[in-house]
Amino acid sequence: MKKIKYSEITPEKIYKNRRSFIKSIGLGASSLAISTIPFANKSLANEKDKLTSYKDITTYNNYYEFGTSKGDPYRNSQIFKTSPWDISIEGEVEKPIKLSMEEISEMFVSEERIYRLRCVEGWSMVIPWMGFSLSELLSKVNPTNKAKFVEFESVYDPAQMKGQRYPVLNWPYNEGLRIDEAMHPLTTVVTGLYGKKLPNQNGAPFRIFIPWKYGFKSAKAIVKIKFVENMPTSSWMWASPREYGFYSNVNPNVDHPRWSQATERIIGEGVWAPRVKTLMFNGYGDEVASLYTGMDLKKYF
Amino acid sequence: MKKYFKPGVFILGTVPFLLILYKIFLNKLGPEPVKEITHFTGEWTLIFICLTLLMSPLKRFTKLSVWISFRRTLGLFVFFYATLHLLTYVGLDYRFNWSPILDDVVKKKYIFIGFAAWLLLLPLAITSSQKMVLLLGNNWKKLHRLIYVIAIFGSLHYIWLSKTIFFRPLVYLIIILVLLALRIKIKNRNINYG
Repeated sequence: MKKIKYSEITPEKIYKNRRSFIKSIGLGASSLAISTIPFANKSLANEKDKLTSYKDITTYNNYYEFGTSKGDPYRNSQIFKTSPWDISIEGEVEKPIKLSMEEISEMFVSEERIYRLRCVEGWSMVIPWMGFSLSELLSKVNPTNKAKFVEFESVYDPAQMKGQRYPVLNWPYNEGLRIDEAMHPLTTVVTGLYGKKLPNQNGAPFRIFIPWKYGFKSAKAIVKIKFVENMPTSSWMWASPREYGFYSNVNPNVDHPRWSQATERIIGEGVWAPRVKTLMFNGYGDEVASLYTGMDLKKYF
Repeated sequence: MKKYFKPGVFILGTVPFLLILYKIFLNKLGPEPVKEITHFTGEWTLIFICLTLLMSPLKRFTKLSVWISFRRTLGLFVFFYATLHLLTYVGLDYRFNWSPILDDVVKKKYIFIGFAAWLLLLPLAITSSQKMVLLLGNNWKKLHRLIYVIAIFGSLHYIWLSKTIFFRPLVYLIIILVLLALRIKIKNRNINYG
């Protein structure tokens, strides 16, 4: 089966209407591949109408490779070349592999996954991603028994990414997950959004999305996935270990040293809208809390 | 001509305020409007602090005393924009929900120092009238030197809230330090010349 056809252009309104139509006639899990993961939609069943606009999702980004202000990624990424693109899976695995984006599109079926995105800066969006579970991809290799963590390395290309010409972060961008986190079905490889091809400013051609963690954990433009024995030091941990922990689970009870995480602002709600309470694990506690049983999340923030 | 200077400064000082009102009511503030208003009013507070501090060095370099007559208006704009900044945070952002605000003041050093700077502005705004100048005499001058502390606090407030890139906040700190350094020179000269 070929992966989802990116409908040529689906204007947002039609897209949303189509969704509510499908909902109203009860074809939720139909052939249109609408979130085949039951729990992905459960907690968000009534949030579909609150999808953040395509414009806000694609023009308000934190992607320091293309500049540090929110509008920079949109402005500076349009000519970024995402093809050809290879992703290598290596490190503590029996046999490292290298896949092209074309091969990945052939191998895995993308489906719609509506997830909330909570940024560590205290704002949030609801995004209709297209993607598949990272576990499907990772299952193509056999990790050795030394492997405990998965490290993600983003592309380093200062010629195309002008933000990388400045030592804002420790380039290339680096992130990591524990293997069980990486293998969790909610951990998604993102290939598109709003039924369209993933825009460059959102991390094309290959990014991950971990809905229960702060946005910066979801690395963009990934070129290397590495199984490792020791906990990787992510770019943000390297920049400020006191402020950014390895886990970075959304947690309203653990403040960032410089701002509270108890509440958030919903993007696109306008100037008079109030803040809303931030939920533990960004509302995905039922699915992921068991990953952290017995852990002091204040210590392992 | 000269009589238009002070009203002119006043009108220019209201321009940022009118601009933000326009942006609010015509929805031109982007996806995070409250943050935009907070940053906008905060930055204009710093700009007016710099302008206020610039007047006495300008007087010295141009040998024109007219600059000093703008200082009070500019200083009151510092208070005006600082108050808008505070109200945006307390009212618009946190809906006068005091417990998270007090928590922030105590726990977050950039909020603590920002709030302290606003408190220090209060006595300056209250004693800004001509009457108060006469009433307080020499003490008025001493009291109003608080603006030096406020300026430093304001720029630290900006630096401490920034994520990684300190360029813009650093520029303000440098400008403020230069403006303060120019004053130290004045003092030395006075001493040297007896």
